[in-house]
Amino acid sequence: MAVYKQTYKPYGGSQTPRWSRFLILGRSSYGRLMQSRFLVLYLMACFFFPVLCAVFVYASHNLSILESLNIPASRIFQINNQFFEFYCGFQGGMACLLTAFIGPGLVAPDLANRALPLYFSRPFGRAEYVAGKMSLLLYLLSLITWIPGLFVFGVQAELAGWHWTRDNVWIAGSLLAGLIIWDLFLALMALALSASVKWSLAAGALILGVLFAGGGLAAAVNSIVRTNYGSLLDLRQVMSVIWSQMFRDEQATNVPVGQAWIALAAAAAICIWLLARRVKAFEVVK
Amino acid sequence: MSVLELDGLGVRFGRREILADLRVSLSGRSIGLLGPNGAGKSTLIQTLVGFCQPSSGTARVLGYDIRRDLPQIRATVGYMPENDAFVANMTAVAFVRMMGELSGLPSDAALERAHEALFYVGLGEARYRLLGTYSLGMKQLAKLAQAIVHGPKLLILDEPTNGLDPPARQRMIRLIQQMRDSGEMRLLICSHLLRDVEETCEEVLILKQGRIVQSCNLEEERRANRRFVELEAVGHHHGFSDAMAALGCECSHLGLGRFRMVLPEGFELREIYRWASSREVELRRLNYRRDTLEEIFMKAMEH
Repeated sequence: MAVYKQTYKPYGGSQTPRWSRFLILGRSSYGRLMQSRFLVLYLMACFFFPVLCAVFVYASHNLSILESLNIPASRIFQINNQFFEFYCGFQGGMACLLTAFIGPGLVAPDLANRALPLYFSRPFGRAEYVAGKMSLLLYLLSLITWIPGLFVFGVQAELAGWHWTRDNVWIAGSLLAGLIIWDLFLALMALALSASVKWSLAAGALILGVLFAGGGLAAAVNSIVRTNYGSLLDLRQVMSVIWSQMFRDEQATNVPVGQAWIALAAAAAICIWLLARRVKAFEVVK
Repeated sequence: MSVLELDGLGVRFGRREILADLRVSLSGRSIGLLGPNGAGKSTLIQTLVGFCQPSSGTARVLGYDIRRDLPQIRATVGYMPENDAFVANMTAVAFVRMMGELSGLPSDAALERAHEALFYVGLGEARYRLLGTYSLGMKQLAKLAQAIVHGPKLLILDEPTNGLDPPARQRMIRLIQQMRDSGEMRLLICSHLLRDVEETCEEVLILKQGRIVQSCNLEEERRANRRFVELEAVGHHHGFSDAMAALGCECSHLGLGRFRMVLPEGFELREIYRWASSREVELRRLNYRRDTLEEIFMKAMEH
């Protein structure tokens, strides 16, 4: 129909498969997000450490370069499970900041502008809405965590040879699984906290608070109650304990691994409960 | 086929009964949903699109059961909610396109129809502006555009003229009438403004405290009203009642020269004027009795 005719006409064309529609939300939000210069600069900064790691791996296999830089080979760390665990910790922290930046804009504006009835009056459910919003965050988090992590592992595998790769392929599995679990948790938590408040700034502060003030809160609880259970409130520490187990690192921690898994699962369950309560087409006001 | 069929539908929020045992079948091109504030109009609409679960009974929208066929209902319905509803930081065309895609339109078709829908509702020139910068009237029109972008078979409008100034209201009413007359879609309009419903609807359903108190076809009411006439005569009007009875009318004298008549099918008013002229009786006033929607509504509220 030509625009100038300005008459109503029904649609009789083809339809897209229902399972693929959740991706529309991620795609539409991605375009708007990338208009932010700060985000683009931050994403670029997030690649600095993986590139540094790749250079480090390359240098550790090229002693002539180290000699030309007057760096004794003994001062170079070994490229092993602890190296990749450190990588997870660093990039996991960068992922937290990215989550705090992107997360608030996911659900809070839709709640503030009462857009949810518009989504849910279509053949588009709550689970698809959450999946669509999560897909954007998961994509960007993956881009800065496990994808460059596997690249660094690939560089090491290429330079160290077949035997090293065969003996250490489990590190790649731990890297992939550990960072995907963290990314999934961050995305879930960002959505839940974004859905809890209608004001984006407050949602951002809440996400930062949960991720970065958890350590202080945990220390306070531990010292007041004289227990170690307070450490379970520090989600970053909880995740680092899980990473330690996944990377077979025998460092002593004050949180048992089993409890760390339970704490993470409980936090995820609370997030899902919050989402189920808040992501609705309408609210019954008592 | 009936547009809306309510079969003992009831909705509860906790212990509070919002809708109770609604039973009706409506098949007009445009149906008005009327009632005072808190009557349950919006709850009924929200139940039809699946936002509220029925506690008893069921309803069928275009033949689809709300308990079993919700995805089909949502695919064939366009919904314009009552309150401000938009996605922040989006241009109107991106917003309407996204809503079209979520309804299942391929990306290219959704973009094309988003432009068409925005031109149709009169936002063509403003379609690249951010929705947050729109006035209230423009936001209403953007909501209408997103509701029709996927070509629904039933358009549900919840208070479509809310907050509009008179010219904007006129424009909205004209759009609704055009869509109704196009015959391509049925309309369900929820409003507490009787004038809006009277101008746009063929059938009305009146709710009060969660119950149906009246359901009528406005077109039939209007046709029936044309048979009732009230007139006032001055002069020698003795014998007027008998003369009218001889012409087949039921006529009653109300005193002071005022008469009320029920005209038979095919009766021409000219006959009354001819009789009055032959007897030199002056007819001061002749009105069709107009049982307006307001009167129907007020009677329903007395129940």
